[in-house]
Amino acid sequence: MLEIGSVKKSYGDGAARVPVLRGVSLELGAGQTLALTGESGSGKSTLLHIAAGLEAPDSGAVRVLGQDLTAMDDSARATFRRTEIALVFQQFNLIPSLSVAANISFQAALSGRVDQPYIDRLVQALGLADHMKKYPEALSGGQQQRVAIARALAAKPKLMLADEPTGNLDEQTADAVLDQMLELVSLSDASLLVVTHSPKIAARMGRTLHLAGGQVV
Amino acid sequence: MIRTCLVALLSHWRRNPIQLFAYLAGLAIATGLWSGVQAINSEARASYDAAAATLGEGQFDRLIPRQGDAIAQETFVVLRRAGWLVSPVLDVTLNDVRVIGVDPVTSPTGLGGVTPPEGTSLFTTGPDTRLFANRNSARALGDLAQVIIDDTVAPGIAIGDIGAVQRLSGRNDLSTLVLLPEQPLVQPDLASIAPDLRLQPSQQVADVAQLTDSFHLNLTAFGLLSFAVGLFIVHSTIGLAFEQRRGMIRTIRSLGVPLRVLVGLIVVEMLALAAIGAVIGILLGYLMAALLLPDVAATLRGLYGAQVSGTLTLRPEWWLSGFLLAMLGTAFALAGRIWQVASMPLLASARPRAWVMSGAARFSAQAIVACVLLSAAAVLVIVAEGLILAFALLGCLLIGGALALPVIAARALAWIERGATRPIWQWFWADTRQQLPGLSLALMALLLAVAANVGVSTMVSSFRLTFVGFLDQRLAPELFVQAETPQESAALDAFLTREGIEALPLRSTPTQIEGQSVRLFGVRVGSTYRVSWVFLAERPQVWDDVADGAAVIVNEQLARRGNLWVGDMVEVAPTVTLPIAAVVGDYGNPQGQVVMSEALFETLHPDSYPGQYGIRTDDVTALRQRIADEVGIAKNAMIHQAAIKAASLEVFERTFTVTAALNVLTLGVAGFAILMSLLTLADLRVPQLAPVWAMGVTRRRLGGLELLRALGLAGLVFVFAIPLGLALAWVLLTLVNVEAFGWQLPMFLFPLEYLRLGAYALGAVTLAAAWPALRLIRTPPAALLKVFANER
Repeated sequence: MLEIGSVKKSYGDGAARVPVLRGVSLELGAGQTLALTGESGSGKSTLLHIAAGLEAPDSGAVRVLGQDLTAMDDSARATFRRTEIALVFQQFNLIPSLSVAANISFQAALSGRVDQPYIDRLVQALGLADHMKKYPEALSGGQQQRVAIARALAAKPKLMLADEPTGNLDEQTADAVLDQMLELVSLSDASLLVVTHSPKIAARMGRTLHLAGGQVV
Repeated sequence: MIRTCLVALLSHWRRNPIQLFAYLAGLAIATGLWSGVQAINSEARASYDAAAATLGEGQFDRLIPRQGDAIAQETFVVLRRAGWLVSPVLDVTLNDVRVIGVDPVTSPTGLGGVTPPEGTSLFTTGPDTRLFANRNSARALGDLAQVIIDDTVAPGIAIGDIGAVQRLSGRNDLSTLVLLPEQPLVQPDLASIAPDLRLQPSQQVADVAQLTDSFHLNLTAFGLLSFAVGLFIVHSTIGLAFEQRRGMIRTIRSLGVPLRVLVGLIVVEMLALAAIGAVIGILLGYLMAALLLPDVAATLRGLYGAQVSGTLTLRPEWWLSGFLLAMLGTAFALAGRIWQVASMPLLASARPRAWVMSGAARFSAQAIVACVLLSAAAVLVIVAEGLILAFALLGCLLIGGALALPVIAARALAWIERGATRPIWQWFWADTRQQLPGLSLALMALLLAVAANVGVSTMVSSFRLTFVGFLDQRLAPELFVQAETPQESAALDAFLTREGIEALPLRSTPTQIEGQSVRLFGVRVGSTYRVSWVFLAERPQVWDDVADGAAVIVNEQLARRGNLWVGDMVEVAPTVTLPIAAVVGDYGNPQGQVVMSEALFETLHPDSYPGQYGIRTDDVTALRQRIADEVGIAKNAMIHQAAIKAASLEVFERTFTVTAALNVLTLGVAGFAILMSLLTLADLRVPQLAPVWAMGVTRRRLGGLELLRALGLAGLVFVFAIPLGLALAWVLLTLVNVEAFGWQLPMFLFPLEYLRLGAYALGAVTLAAAWPALRLIRTPPAALLKVFANER
């Protein structure tokens, strides 16, 4: 599903150049879950962005569903991301001017694959049914996070990438949201890569990789 | 994908209706003011074209009398018999309508383009007095003639068969003879068969379209200024909308919408909205033009004697130009933002605050451009000649000044901030400085509006002061009497001489000098002229030379258009060439004038008689009664000087009504720009104000401080606008006025007028800032507390 080989990435120029990833490799098979852990600044989020095709690596290979993301142009990468990958951001990244209902179906609608009964089931499962007509600003952080998860799952991705998906939630809500996410991912047979600081969340994943100093340790 | 993406983009406007209103209103105002001005211009130009088509003026050579304004009918017959292919024209004025009589058979333009209705003949016979005219002219002619309505005839003109016009006017002579384009190869010399006539080449006929070009250029400049002010609103709104949507754009891209699709959709979205704003603007422009057109028509009549229709037609040249300009202006404002989106890294910060705060780099670039433009203006002051360069100078001055404003304001605020000791004021000044980037476009719009107001009001008031002085000079006699016949004139002259009353008889006739239509005046040189008349340039003993018939005086219009000045020679008659002894200022009159002594005038025009008398008296009422009783002149032929002065001032005031209206509109638009900027920035202000509120500053006080901030910035703008406006006035008076009207005016300063303008500007800003301040005062604490919620 996801193959990352010897990926390197640095930021800045000249003397100010800071290496963030120093040859990271990983593999994630279909239906598998993986936690990426590490200190702040260890390169977790950068690796996630590279896996999603949001950023290009300086060198190395990134293959999703057998396709080399680094060989694609911006437009092809965007199309691939729209149809095969879903992202859950730490800051939710909902569209503030769209209602909760429109936000949830947004990515699915972009790729022309709105499965309304499936979305209705997701909404019920994530406890969002009473909030569908509201706008994101009227929701709590936990509710917004659930909308972001619903949006990602509604697109029926083959690969789901989540950056601290429960980082803004209290422990109880975080557990509930994670339960729902894992259940829904397993139902759709998608792969899940989660970036987290939390050992508890990492323990719920099939595998854990720890990043330190830009390398898998 | 396209539909989903468009829905998401458009949802921003649904959630931010004030921003949408600002965008549409900014465009509507910009387009409205521009297309309104263009509508007025195109209506006027259409009237000039109609006049040219009707009269054939400027198209054909003509034969005109060397002296006076009449050609005997026999001369026409003699010329035709000699092989000169000419067509007769009689040009008279009846009930304030210019009535043109032509011969439909020989006239090269037929009946001036008129197509008579079916069953109606061009020719008239017997007592028939059929004329063709548009509705307004027909109304003015009343029962004088049988008028057939034809709206293609130029305003202020009626046209008909020459026989009919001769019958109507009681004349049996002609005004001019139009030379047909095809003439026999061999013709007898004009001087041998008609020595009283001279050939006037077509290009020497006064072209009203050319004369009024400068007036329309002035209007266009105002339209462009208003358009620029409106575009500031659009630019500001687009900037803010893009910044607020950075997060959305980032999310949409990260969810898989290719950049070029997204950019294409944003362009379509913004241009579609712009089209709506432009259409609303065109409707507004039509309304504005319809309201202002009667005053513009009066102005053109007063300044240039040009007839312009008072009704407006929807012509593609103005509404299409308004629409296209609005779209181009939007595209221009959009281009920078689109480039930003296109070059923005996908994971760039989506925080709009960064935009509001980051002004330093932009200000540096602005400061450099401002310096370049102001330097260019300084160079143009030295080298600029001609109207286009004068307007280029105005452009450099205004845009350079506007760009310099935020830079200077930032420096001034930093300086004030250093002097503040209390924490609240330190925060206030620092916060004001941070608001500058977000407010700078609106403040620049206000600066342009106030500077334009200061400049134009200085020009108008200087003109007024000069004009009143000029009226006192020209209207020194207390009573003016019109003599209808030579007998009446002689009787009046005898009466005044017998009574020992100082009289200023005036003879006049139209003539051609230096290829221009001018009016020749014969005056009786006396103490009034010597004391009252002030010259722009003169040589010693002006009046002595004029009285001796050894020199003439010309007005400034003739001097500037004919490139003449004191000492130059002018041919006032075929055999008489005299030096110019003085050039006199002559305001509010489009025509050139030459003043000579009564005796010389009488020699050149022996058939003339004084048609007007200026009379000096201490008791106007008694003298009027005596002239009526003893000379038999009707009282309505005698006008009190004060009445003429009042009428002249009224014409003058109307002349500038349009300018004043555009000034008020520009100031209103600037106030609106401030309001829109403050309202659209209001939401972004909450995170800045919430901490101050949490530390104990009440919402009421914060609202008051917001209002004070707007007023402080407006005050700063006003202080900056005064020198800029005065520079504008100097350019208008010294360069533009001479090119546009043919007069140079002294510049006076009007501090009270500027204070009044300052009060208006502060009033407009207070009104604009009041609503956002009230909104802040009424912001519920919950909204402010949200700023501190981690969950956001």
